[in-house]
Amino acid sequence: MTQERPIRVLIAKPGLDGHDRGAKVVARALRDAGMEVIYTGIRQTPQMIAEAALQEDVQVVGLSILSGAHLELFPRVVEELKARGVDDVLLFAGGIIPQDDIPLVSKIGFKGVFGPGTDTNDIIAFVREHAPARA
Amino acid sequence: MTTPPSGGGDTATALVEGILAGNRRALARAITHVEADSAAGREVLERIYPRTGRAQTVGITGSAGAGKSTLVGALAREERKRGRTVGIVAVDPSSPFSHGAILGDRIRMQDLTADGGVFLRSMASRGNLGGLSETATGVVDVLDAAGFDVVLIETVGAGQDEVEVANAAGTTVLVANPGGGDEVQSMKAGLMEVAQVMAVNKADLAGADTAVTGLKALLLLANSGAWDPPILKTVARTGEGVPELVDAIDRHQAHITQSAHAAEERRAHAERQVIALARAALHREALEAASTTGALAALVEAVAKRERDPRSAAAALLHAVKAEWTRQ
Repeated sequence: MTQERPIRVLIAKPGLDGHDRGAKVVARALRDAGMEVIYTGIRQTPQMIAEAALQEDVQVVGLSILSGAHLELFPRVVEELKARGVDDVLLFAGGIIPQDDIPLVSKIGFKGVFGPGTDTNDIIAFVREHAPARA
Repeated sequence: MTTPPSGGGDTATALVEGILAGNRRALARAITHVEADSAAGREVLERIYPRTGRAQTVGITGSAGAGKSTLVGALAREERKRGRTVGIVAVDPSSPFSHGAILGDRIRMQDLTADGGVFLRSMASRGNLGGLSETATGVVDVLDAAGFDVVLIETVGAGQDEVEVANAAGTTVLVANPGGGDEVQSMKAGLMEVAQVMAVNKADLAGADTAVTGLKALLLLANSGAWDPPILKTVARTGEGVPELVDAIDRHQAHITQSAHAAEERRAHAERQVIALARAALHREALEAASTTGALAALVEAVAKRERDPRSAAAALLHAVKAEWTRQ
């Protein structure tokens, strides 16, 4: 009797801002939707995020950032993931990301950007639709 | 450097080669297959088994909030100081409602993420028909084959499955706390019997000595074998007492691998493992057979309506399962 394997998601906060309410709300919503959410806590370096994604073999990485350093940190997370051969994860972002920056963030591989006020059901639907298959 | 596997086309051969070559991505992916109990995962386990048995396997168990994650982090740091590499399997419960889980053990081991000598994998218990011990011990075997010197397995000591996982390790450490009658609760949960080392964690709180004395008294009641479980005081947050805890684990490992009792210990360990795995497989196959025959649904209905008592229904179910097996 094989059960459907839950989607595994890493939720991380890169950089120095310590506000993780949003990240936790998303983590809980995804958990309640039947996913396994690895939450790493605040103040993660791009290396730590990429290494956690590798070790946990997640299908999805969600980053939350409020500090304004997304154009600095997001590309570095992508680089660190690539350096480890982690090239098949779904990336999405949340937090404070100005409208003008969204094209840049999308261009480096973030398939979804969810700002304040997003319905968590939209994030759940997005992850279910785009998460790559595993074993 | 070997090519990292990607997508769904992972072959057992590529995974095994990757694991043995020290490719962390192959290791991570292989664990995913073992956890999913896929065909590739099962083949990986079969093929790597001859390469296992070199690592110290250590189970860390205790009630929620006892400080297990923090202690596992502290243990890993101490093992690294001693030049050993460390694999960690941290098991957290899945929600019985959504089957989802929030796995937060990495929060307490953030600094270890940057250490190439450490590999941490979070696992949800998935409540999967007694299969937790099957998958978790499989993950331990993969880390063992990958060459980690020490493999730490952290589980909440609640429920048969979780206890069995910890018990599948060579050494099981029970984490207790001062105050609150923890020691009595531990005894009720049957945890005393499975632990070879006890740690009274948060020992900077009042009542640590009382807790140690309590555990000592309880140990006198437990059946004494050739190994006398030591009781240590630790403060995982500061690392106090952690070197002594590692020393105690090492002594127990020496006891099971090198002492006059080693052969007996190995047999006992193998017996525990085989029985636990057989129990899980039996449970799964019996449920499969029960649902194939349709007997389960009818019996449940009858018991729910109080037309039948649950004991005779269970006996009838077992009868139907056995008949189904004979038919197959």
